[in-house]
Amino acid sequence: MSDRGGADAPFLEMVGIAKHYGGVHALQDVDFACRRHSIHAVLGENGAGKSTLIKIAAGVVRPDAGTMRLAGEEVRFATPPEAMRQGIVCVFQELSLVPDLSVADNIFITQPPGKWGFIDRRRQRRRAEALLARVGCEDIDPLERARNLPLSRRQLVELATALARDPKVLILDEATSALTARDVDAVFRILRELRDEGLAILYISHRMTEIEAIADTCSVFRNGRHIETFPQADRSRDEIVHMMIGREISQVYPPKPAAATNGTPSLEIENLTWQDRLRDISLTAAPGEIVGLGGLDGQGQRELLLALFGALRGVRGTVRIDGRRARIGSPAQAKSTRNGIAMIPEDRKTEGLMLPMSVRENLTIAGLSKMMRHVVIDPRREGARVDELVERLNIRVGNVRDAVASLSGGNQQKVVIAKWLVTEARILLLMDPTRGIDVGTKQELYGLMRQLADEGATILFYTSDYDELVGMCDRVFILYQGAVQHVFAGAEISERNIVRASLNLSLEDVSEDAAG
Amino acid sequence: MSGLLLHLRQNYGAVLAITIFVILFVVFLSLHPRGPSVYVMTTASNTGAALAFVAMGQTLPVLTGGLDLSIGSILALCNALASEVVNGSPERVALGVVLVLLTGLACGLINGIVVVYGRIQPIIATLASGAVYTGLALLIRPIPGGEIDDVLSEAMTYETFGVIPTSLLLIVAVVLLIWVPFKNSVLGRGVYAAGSSEVAAYMSGVRVDRSKLAAYSLAGLFAAIGGLFLGFQTFSGDALIGVPYTLNSIAAVVIGGTSLYGGIGGVIGSIFGAYILRTINGVMFFAGAPPLAQPLFEGIILLGAVALAALRVVRIRNRLEVMD
Repeated sequence: MSDRGGADAPFLEMVGIAKHYGGVHALQDVDFACRRHSIHAVLGENGAGKSTLIKIAAGVVRPDAGTMRLAGEEVRFATPPEAMRQGIVCVFQELSLVPDLSVADNIFITQPPGKWGFIDRRRQRRRAEALLARVGCEDIDPLERARNLPLSRRQLVELATALARDPKVLILDEATSALTARDVDAVFRILRELRDEGLAILYISHRMTEIEAIADTCSVFRNGRHIETFPQADRSRDEIVHMMIGREISQVYPPKPAAATNGTPSLEIENLTWQDRLRDISLTAAPGEIVGLGGLDGQGQRELLLALFGALRGVRGTVRIDGRRARIGSPAQAKSTRNGIAMIPEDRKTEGLMLPMSVRENLTIAGLSKMMRHVVIDPRREGARVDELVERLNIRVGNVRDAVASLSGGNQQKVVIAKWLVTEARILLLMDPTRGIDVGTKQELYGLMRQLADEGATILFYTSDYDELVGMCDRVFILYQGAVQHVFAGAEISERNIVRASLNLSLEDVSEDAAG
Repeated sequence: MSGLLLHLRQNYGAVLAITIFVILFVVFLSLHPRGPSVYVMTTASNTGAALAFVAMGQTLPVLTGGLDLSIGSILALCNALASEVVNGSPERVALGVVLVLLTGLACGLINGIVVVYGRIQPIIATLASGAVYTGLALLIRPIPGGEIDDVLSEAMTYETFGVIPTSLLLIVAVVLLIWVPFKNSVLGRGVYAAGSSEVAAYMSGVRVDRSKLAAYSLAGLFAAIGGLFLGFQTFSGDALIGVPYTLNSIAAVVIGGTSLYGGIGGVIGSIFGAYILRTINGVMFFAGAPPLAQPLFEGIILLGAVALAALRVVRIRNRLEVMD
């Protein structure tokens, strides 16, 4: 490890950590260490392994290999509470407050003050007040229900909850993503105080400016590997971005057609707005085109696709399909012959498949109207269609009447895609379709996507893997906080441009950094 | 794996129920003082028929991941109504039967509307609507009595061709004419899909709402057939006859291999589940068990059946999956 031998010994040390999910290596042979009196930033693209690393440290996930030492002693956590008792405390991106409990109950949810199993409510309230004051929320009544607080305040209550657990190692995973600039300053002030008191703080964020403001040390991860650890001031932004992207070309993509963007658009979106998650999104796409949606996770890409598929209520704006104004109130309407939209949802296991049902039933569920005899399903036509799909997509299946849950992840995803081939959809909305899938199947899917586009389909493609955006897309829209931040076409589509735009760094900075 | 074996493996719940039923029935016949005869078979078939219909009805909401606690009340309402309208001239009898069946269908539809569009938990919605249906039944028939056409009743509770219990034929007819087409329709496939994963079904463009409405409506229709058949057995109506049917129908569904989580199972298993429950009663009667102990044994058997169904949960590795 490059950072051994500092002023004091590493406090939390992880050696040779590996973790894989199915065929996907989330972490490979990772050595990592952080010290007390230090704020340590962990950087990397989506899927680089940051989340898995902290989940292992916090006892949420057990590593396949490797050892962990805390203050020099080997530790092994089976559950989050075990890690917590040793002083490793997390503040996660997803809020974990129980909405209908009071703020004070939430703060002391795991270790309320009191005796013999009874909670001393008065003491709990006093201590909650003190902790709230500590995180700059003197104005919050500890007896207020958590659900009545605005999002940014809830995030600060999360921090207070973490402090109540008396942390030695405090992990913040995108914990500032819901905060306003003023709140972020308050959090930074607290973090610096905690650091000076001797805590080891792991700070995960996509916001480069924040990392420059707060971090003492940075570690960069890529593809499940620890790339480098260095003092924050030692590297420029551009060097860090470069380190996050790397130089490996891991996938092979089908060739893009010379110019696909001249056709009349089949999908026209104007000023699409939904709550505060989508802001005035306008976008067009033509048949044969693969349009990428990029950006960090959770910038409105998912909501955009769900809105187009009719799964969201209260969407404002106009959607035209083949020049006609489309009314899409539900997925059932979206898939109608008139609209011809299909969606591969984000979560295969809950949104894409009915796991207990057979492969056959999953394959035909969206297109049953095409295989009817009078009012009942014609089993012969259904069977023939299923055989055809299994062969076309090369789905490896023992018996099509087996539960779809028995297939591997890649083959399950093929089933999700295949069911939309039955409806002959002309507009495909793909929500991270290659997540958690082995490389071989990924390549098959890339080929299929290009083939469908060549046959005249219009494809909107969200992926958290920037490499795929570069490799697959004819144009890329980068979303940031629900709005289109940037559109790249042709040769502009580079991983560097995408990462820059995703992090909301102006593109001019790139050339300045490169010059400097 | 051959087609038959695969089919057996995928319907192991129903196969298990059929096996248990056959064993129990053999024990029952051996204990019965008159042994196997046309009379004994017809009586056995009639005794379980009403519960079998109600259990078939209960299967559908359960397949969607819901439950119908009003099903016994619908049975009683239809039974009470039948004692008013299923009598007189043959035309009036026919009209009365249609009216009773439509009433059951309407009750089920109302349940479906409350569950689907009211977005109310099925248990709460049908608990409330069940009270309403019981109230209506009491208005129609405050005290047990009334009259049901005896020609039709005897035709339905004796044998066809002298050997086959007519009630058995009725069950087979309902399965073939209602259940099989429904199961193979888009609506029926949607019922299974909604129970397997409502989100995935919705995201596949399945009209989940319509499937659920159909499931609850058919449950009402099956309950009406059950109520009508009870009337054929007693020639009269009783507004409070439905109470034990709700719980027993759920028990029959579970014993028949349908998952209370939805998505897995079917009415065939439920029919055998119903006959298992009734045969147990018969076995205990002829084995000389004291009548007052019967609810105790029934309860123990129910607990056992529900525990068997819950074994599925034990196999789940991720404990978060059970907590939804």
